[in-house]
Amino acid sequence: MPMTLNRVSVPVTVDEDACIADKGCTVCVESCPLDLLAIDLLKKKAFMKFDECWYCLPCEKDCPTQAIRVDIPYLLR
Amino acid sequence: MSDMFAEVDVLVIGGGTAGPMAAVKAKEKNPALKVMLLEKANVKRSGAISMGMDGLNNAVIPGHATPEQYVKEITVANDGIVNQKTVMAYAQESFNMINQLDRWGVKFEKDETGDYAVKKVHHIGTYVLPMPEGHHMKKVLYRQLKKARVEITNRYMATRLLLDANGAIAGAMVLDTREGTFGVIRAKSVILCTGAAGRLGLPSSGYLFGTYENPTNAGDGYALAYHAGAELSGIECYQINPLIKDYNGPSCAYVTGPFGGYTANSKGERFIECDYWSGQMMMEFYKELEGGNGPVFLKMDHLAEETIGTIEHILHSNERPSRGRFHEGRHLDYRQGMVEMHISEIGLCSGHSASGVWVDEHAATTVPGLYAAGDLACVPHNYMLGAFVYGQFAGQSAAEYAMSHELPAVDDVQVEAERKRVLAPLSVVDGLPPAQVEYKLRRFVNDYLQPPKVTKKMEIGLDRFAEIRADLDSMSAANPHELMRAMEVHFILDCAEMAAHASLYRTESRWGLYHYRVEHPEKDDADWFCHAQLKKNEAGEMTCFKRPIEPYIVELDDEEKDAYNRLRVVKQAEAA
Repeated sequence: MPMTLNRVSVPVTVDEDACIADKGCTVCVESCPLDLLAIDLLKKKAFMKFDECWYCLPCEKDCPTQAIRVDIPYLLR
Repeated sequence: MSDMFAEVDVLVIGGGTAGPMAAVKAKEKNPALKVMLLEKANVKRSGAISMGMDGLNNAVIPGHATPEQYVKEITVANDGIVNQKTVMAYAQESFNMINQLDRWGVKFEKDETGDYAVKKVHHIGTYVLPMPEGHHMKKVLYRQLKKARVEITNRYMATRLLLDANGAIAGAMVLDTREGTFGVIRAKSVILCTGAAGRLGLPSSGYLFGTYENPTNAGDGYALAYHAGAELSGIECYQINPLIKDYNGPSCAYVTGPFGGYTANSKGERFIECDYWSGQMMMEFYKELEGGNGPVFLKMDHLAEETIGTIEHILHSNERPSRGRFHEGRHLDYRQGMVEMHISEIGLCSGHSASGVWVDEHAATTVPGLYAAGDLACVPHNYMLGAFVYGQFAGQSAAEYAMSHELPAVDDVQVEAERKRVLAPLSVVDGLPPAQVEYKLRRFVNDYLQPPKVTKKMEIGLDRFAEIRADLDSMSAANPHELMRAMEVHFILDCAEMAAHASLYRTESRWGLYHYRVEHPEKDDADWFCHAQLKKNEAGEMTCFKRPIEPYIVELDDEEKDAYNRLRVVKQAEAA
């Protein structure tokens, strides 16, 4: 069946200068109860891969370098 | 990738609140047992208390309340439909559990003499114990899991339970949510701790994951128990909560009430006597929300600066810490304005209401070898502390069962059928995206199942659900993550059908808003003073039947029986 890709603004922002995923860190990926974060294999930085956020904040609290900021999803803001 | 295969004595499914406790207690009962804790997310940050909890809602502490008083309170709050033995078993163990958690390092509020600082929120008794530093709950549990040497398996999801030839538990079939592979775990006994069915209704914002409950809790355990032939109970007694408008957390009256905050209408006036969450309270909330004095607010702007500071510290660092961020975005300061409130989407949850898998006072379901604890186990209004206590019961019972049973043989027919079902969306090319199917399903849940409940609407709902069931085979998954969501859609659909059938079955109104049937507006004790059970019959159909209520072990007097029916503030007649 015909498909399209919609653009969606996601609530998790990663400060790529602070993120140490390139050094092997995956703390945020492991913290997320919904398994929404991933490491970009080219950039070697964490990013939000799926728009299914509960804005519960473990990723932000557990990040060892405070690289993550969780906003309230735009629809609820 | 080769399939996962494991053999254990006790398998605990769900590592949120009840699950870790169950696993630790099974190991304590017999350290020689192999106990596995299976978790869809990561045990360190999973479940309803991923960010901690701001207090206990049902602490039965000597000097403040007795188990008998608590049993009465919950009997009345749940409109008489309780198996008092299960509530009493909780109440008698409540204080021991608090002391154990205290020893493990959970910080409860204490007064200057070191006694627990219990607050009054309920209509009759006093049961609320704040935990202003309660954000460390999961760390405390994780330490105990490590100490007890429980085997933890993260990022796996159970999709069906495995049964032996006699219908007893033989293990579970699972999906590796990151690899998209299928697996079998053989077990002598299984404990379900998968939490509420929180992704049933659609939040009015339309955001699929903006649910009150942690959205990983898609009703997995309800569907697992149902397909294993277990009895479920009180499914028509939905969970509906008073929440901040557009935000998925309460404001929260349990925290603010003891400090002088209260639920008010648009005039700033009180309209309910008691903020304890019950269906009766939600009915008054709903009437005010929809009436001329609506919407509803939480009022704190009359409180002193120091008090508001304390409230903000508790509400913005525990359980729902993004709450402060939400208020900031809406430019709301508790000092200057009231918080606009709304009602949540519907869900199934015995932690808050009474919809769950039927269990006895040992946490045993009606399927041999299957136990349940936490939000999905039908012990009304059990909350977090009840999850811990029933987790303990379940761990002990499941360990005993495992010690007296052999590992049942695996039925290859069940395994192959399930492997086919679970992996199917990976080989559908060009199929429906699971998120779209879920959105449509949950919008229908809102349109047709949300109270006020109307017979014809629920019947139409069942027709729509049947159409969606026919669509399930057309779902495609582009990756293992989508496959997990696709399997969750199956669970949500099972729960939606259960909610419709159970609601149609009970032809009366009870529990205030939770089961308000417009054509049967009155409570009918002559016909319906009983549990309404639901299960899959021999023919594979969803059936409902009555289960009589066990004779009460704590009698109520007439004044008490009526207490939760008098929740609306009565205005004093003006002097003539």
